[in-house]
Amino acid sequence: MTTIFGYPLPVVLGQLVLGFVNGSFYALLSLGLAVIFGLLRVVNFAHGAFYMLGGFVAHLLLIWFGVNYWGALILAPLIVGALGVGVERALLRHLYTLDPLYGLLLTFGLAMMFEGFMQQQFGSSGITYPVPAALTGFYKLGFMVLPIYRAWVIVASLTVCFLVWILIEKTKLGATLRAATENASLTQAFGINVPVMVTLTYGAGVALAALAGVLAAPITQVSPHMGTSLVVVVFAVVVIGGMGSIFGSIISGLMLGFVEGLTKVVYPEASTTVIFVIMAIVLLIRPTGLFGRD
Amino acid sequence: MNAPLLELKNLNAWYGESHVLHGVNLEVHKGEVVTLLGRNGAGRTSTLRAIMGLTGKRSGSVSLFGQEAISMAPHHIARLGVGFCPEERGIFATLTTGENLMLPPRVAKNGGMSVAHIFDMFPNLKERLNSPGTKLSGGEQQMLAVARILRTGAQLLLLDEISEGLAPVIVQTLGRVIRDLKSRGFTIVLVEQNFRFSAGLADRFYVMDGGKVVHHLRQDELAANATMLQEFLGV
Repeated sequence: MTTIFGYPLPVVLGQLVLGFVNGSFYALLSLGLAVIFGLLRVVNFAHGAFYMLGGFVAHLLLIWFGVNYWGALILAPLIVGALGVGVERALLRHLYTLDPLYGLLLTFGLAMMFEGFMQQQFGSSGITYPVPAALTGFYKLGFMVLPIYRAWVIVASLTVCFLVWILIEKTKLGATLRAATENASLTQAFGINVPVMVTLTYGAGVALAALAGVLAAPITQVSPHMGTSLVVVVFAVVVIGGMGSIFGSIISGLMLGFVEGLTKVVYPEASTTVIFVIMAIVLLIRPTGLFGRD
Repeated sequence: MNAPLLELKNLNAWYGESHVLHGVNLEVHKGEVVTLLGRNGAGRTSTLRAIMGLTGKRSGSVSLFGQEAISMAPHHIARLGVGFCPEERGIFATLTTGENLMLPPRVAKNGGMSVAHIFDMFPNLKERLNSPGTKLSGGEQQMLAVARILRTGAQLLLLDEISEGLAPVIVQTLGRVIRDLKSRGFTIVLVEQNFRFSAGLADRFYVMDGGKVVHHLRQDELAANATMLQEFLGV
């Protein structure tokens, strides 16, 4: 059997592919976090809870209204994004003049509320969400059997990340967002309605989390705590990529998915901690993150 | 004379707890160039920022184009037709020169200066359109900061220290630009440290000290008041 540094090649490749799938989720989630942090200076601890709500909304749309996966892919982010808009207008808005720590505490509290509420309503055991018919089946890659749905997750996440990157870096709307991120008050003094932009940006970041939740539903099952541990990893990804860096969050999300996959081959015991070790090293050597600005 | 285009009455402003403007009164009529003189900390920059709604709490009255703007948000104030060029120039590092130029939305229905006209005025900008805004030289950044608000159709320009730190040849260019804008009917408020630059440009002068207007002069009164100016502007 072919080996690479003594490890069987199929095992290495298999873990890399699974790492790619995880990395796609990290990229999608850290992208939303980075956009929100950039403009609002809020460390959105509720991001994992919005991801979870995305999964639940997909589930409820299916069992209550018969809306299928494809419908949920559009509707769940809109519904959860609207909830995010409400949260920003009613709660976060009042904290911008205070220390950023208050935003973190508020969103942390919100996450606990959302998770507690869902647990009370639906219990904590996972609910299976069916893989859509068009995406069932497997690709035989030789070294592993890859469910078509997981390949779809990679393609869908990367496409969305790419479109968001284009929107932010290459369009007029994105230029306005970048300007407001850099200097909100001056941008507003040019006649741009920054408060509305802040609200919509939070809604959009939250909608991205919900989209990730819908994509995850057929893989991980829907449960109130599906976002709890994930969000901690995603925070590490954002710190490694550089707070507020769009490109950095996408690339480091994918990269860390791979690193995690490789660690599972080389030293499985460390696979859950490797990202945090990298985060510590990056913070020591380059506190602004790999792609952050000084 | 018509009603002033900009009128401040007993304008007070705060940054947090710090009370920076203590009852500023001044008026600027359509087509005038007016300069605010004074030492650093006299309240000139704060006056411009307070007009834009960029300080903390404000009280008193800011009347712009006949509308009371004291409780308006900055984006509404800008859309009345006010263009603001901040002291630090405010060129965005994450935007290209072109994106910086096109950032402010048009505030006038009949539009502002065309991009072609702006390139005639500032030819350097045309060649640097795709460079990041902050890679431009200081002079080019200052031209970009001025050009950016001309595109919007704003009729009242608030220009904070536009000659600061620039080479004499660039200061001369900016002087020509101001005269050209005045001849086109723009109304301009300058905050200037460079007395010689503004002395040749402005119709009237307000001397500020301690967050208040302490003197008011027409251009033809400058020479007779040299001693007083020395006292308020000298270090």
